[in-house]
Amino acid sequence: MPIEILMPALSPTMEEGNLSKWLKKEGDAVSPGDVIAEIETDKATMEVEAVDEGTLGKILVAEGTEGVKVNTPIAVLLQEGESADAAPAAKPAEPDAAPKAAAQEAAPASTPAPVPAAPKFEAAADPDIPAGTEMVPTTVREALRDAMAEEMRRDEDVFVMGEEVAEYQGAYKITQGLLQEFGPRRVVDTPITEHGFAGVGIGASFAGLKPIVEFMTFNFAMQAIDQIVNSAAKTLYMAGGQMGAPIVFRGPNGAAARVAAQHSQCYAAWYGHIPGLKVVMPYSAADAKGLLKAAIRDPNPIIFLENEILYGQTFDVPKMDDFVLPIGKARIHKQGKDVTLVSFGIGMVYAVKAEAELRAMGLDVEIIDLRTIRPLDFDTIMASVRKTNRLVVVEEGFPQSSVGDFIANRVQREIFDYLDAPVITIAGKDVPMPYAANLEKLALPSVAEVVEAVKAVTYRS
Amino acid sequence: MATNARKTSARSRADGKAQPALKTPPPASFTKEQDLKAYRDMLLIRRFEEKAGQLYGMGFIGGFCHLYIGQEAVVTGMAMAIKEGDQMITAYRDHGHMLAMDMDPRGVMAELTGRRGGYSRGKGGSMHMFSKEKNFYGGHGIVGAQVPLGTGLAFANKYRGNDSVSLTYFGDGAANQGQVYESFNMASLWKLPVIYVIENNRYAMGTAVTRSSAETNFSQRGVSFRIPGIQVDGMDVRAVKSASDLAVEWCREGNGPIILEMETYRYRGHSMSDPAKYRSKDEVQKMRSEHDPIEQVKARLLDSKWATEDDLKAIDKEVRDIVADSADFAQTDPEPDPSELYTDVLI
Repeated sequence: MPIEILMPALSPTMEEGNLSKWLKKEGDAVSPGDVIAEIETDKATMEVEAVDEGTLGKILVAEGTEGVKVNTPIAVLLQEGESADAAPAAKPAEPDAAPKAAAQEAAPASTPAPVPAAPKFEAAADPDIPAGTEMVPTTVREALRDAMAEEMRRDEDVFVMGEEVAEYQGAYKITQGLLQEFGPRRVVDTPITEHGFAGVGIGASFAGLKPIVEFMTFNFAMQAIDQIVNSAAKTLYMAGGQMGAPIVFRGPNGAAARVAAQHSQCYAAWYGHIPGLKVVMPYSAADAKGLLKAAIRDPNPIIFLENEILYGQTFDVPKMDDFVLPIGKARIHKQGKDVTLVSFGIGMVYAVKAEAELRAMGLDVEIIDLRTIRPLDFDTIMASVRKTNRLVVVEEGFPQSSVGDFIANRVQREIFDYLDAPVITIAGKDVPMPYAANLEKLALPSVAEVVEAVKAVTYRS
Repeated sequence: MATNARKTSARSRADGKAQPALKTPPPASFTKEQDLKAYRDMLLIRRFEEKAGQLYGMGFIGGFCHLYIGQEAVVTGMAMAIKEGDQMITAYRDHGHMLAMDMDPRGVMAELTGRRGGYSRGKGGSMHMFSKEKNFYGGHGIVGAQVPLGTGLAFANKYRGNDSVSLTYFGDGAANQGQVYESFNMASLWKLPVIYVIENNRYAMGTAVTRSSAETNFSQRGVSFRIPGIQVDGMDVRAVKSASDLAVEWCREGNGPIILEMETYRYRGHSMSDPAKYRSKDEVQKMRSEHDPIEQVKARLLDSKWATEDDLKAIDKEVRDIVADSADFAQTDPEPDPSELYTDVLI
């Protein structure tokens, strides 16, 4: 059978090209690898190499022809003993005929398949805490340490790595005592090399280990964000489900106190943007413990955003053998009927203080602590707003493309008719974090701003 | 370069043990079976890649497609030295690596055409393909990112106390990424069983190594980290095999990482859309006619009378049939079902 040489596609975007020059003429012998023609694409002039051996029987598209569609036969290659007469005449191209034919099996080419609906996320409820369970006052710091220790006792594949996690006992003392209990094999001090050890952790998770990677702060994880996004978050999808990254990246996030621009940034919205990640940001010690244990057991890559200011704060933690909370479920911190106030992480501090002031003014505020940024528990938010008809969101991150703006968009689109006032989102100011004490205070949200926002949406101001 | 390594390693290490010097070993002596296997395996990669190039030209393969033609001896020789459980990871010029790890040509080609029978069910493409079953960990699109990942595979081996080795491949271009050196440091510090295989094909996309690299002897890039390295003729599968044997043994004995710089060459452009104007035709032609990895084995097989022209033609036919079958499958297998859009984002 004579072989048709087709106009090749030579770049991801090429649909047609110019046949600028034939380097072989009819009757010439051709071996694999011989350059037979030159083609000008949208990007460059490319050489066309022969793939098969034979004799160039007939040139179907003359040199100098412009706008030759991809897949048009441009010449015929004869095998031993074949004559040029047997070759087909030039015919109009049917570009992409073959790929389309195959694609049709899945969906007719003329009517593109409708975009399937995204699966609806449904969060599990919190476990019941049996009546009479002892509540133990615990700092967030202790809760996080207990969560890691419990999971490391439970599963030999769990280990923790990061800067100063072992001998120094943790830059913020979150890993205190772990080296003594689990030894240097499972509590690994790394060099200061975020990009590298994030990748090493992800590689180890590909092989089935369950690393907890501590970043001294998430500000330094910027060095590692390529590995987190491109290697951890996307591999399960790119591998068609064969393998993924069961890994937890944790550490303090957001502003601490007076550490200025490079050490004071909230990454909730950044990581919340990425499909393939789960993003957790607890406020209370109980949530920190229950959610970190869930994160370590979860087979997906988890970003676990803590806060330095919260580390030392004390909350009640139920004394239970295995206290695990569902990732993706918001917690109603306080029920109310007049207005919904949504926050997460350190943002809850403003919400809780504002609520106390507003209560004194006679307003019954419902506070929702998101706890998880992705997947986001819209069911809880929507149900609350349907009841209160008003929504204010508070966070410390930058205002543009914030978590609050994402929530506001969904709420106005899905339950517009339930809203009695525009949604107000409160965020940090749109500036790098200043150092001066007075400016830093101005750059962060304030309780007064939250109070004003709630008064505005309830038309009390 | 071996001298340099000796000098560095002669100093006592923190653990008090001096590192022995490493020299490039002479090419392995192959048996008839080994030569025939090397010939067949390299030919399969070459024919597969030629077919991929053809399918790209026909519009069946989209996006970026980086062919391995010319470099076949590297993965083939390395694969001949490893055992079950050893892992492999590389960047986006990955089709040859997958075939060398015994992955099914149908599944690889169907991934290139974005079909449901592809290794990643059509969702990864040429640059992102994996087979957990065959211990192939990708297929990574970000230059250099596979180096910490491969180091992490070695970390897991050491953690588990098994004797598996991670073969972490990267090119001369990736060798200038910072994360490579972050990985070198940790791998050496923790004595991780990882072989860094630097495939020096002389061009990082269109930039010659001499224009991008202050030190072009890549085998010595580990000196600051006390990682020994050797340069290997990456066009000679026997040289690759003996170097690979040495490296695998080095790692299995608990000596930590090692670097193999494979001096190789790619015949085609960086990707399908690269006209390769940055080098002369003569340069390419000279490599092809004087150093071609497949022709070297072929000549040896014929000279030693281990095979006749007819025997080799029969191998060629077998290989062509496998490749044709994979191409047929890759063209007729359906695209992924639209419902696959939302699967495998999270478990």
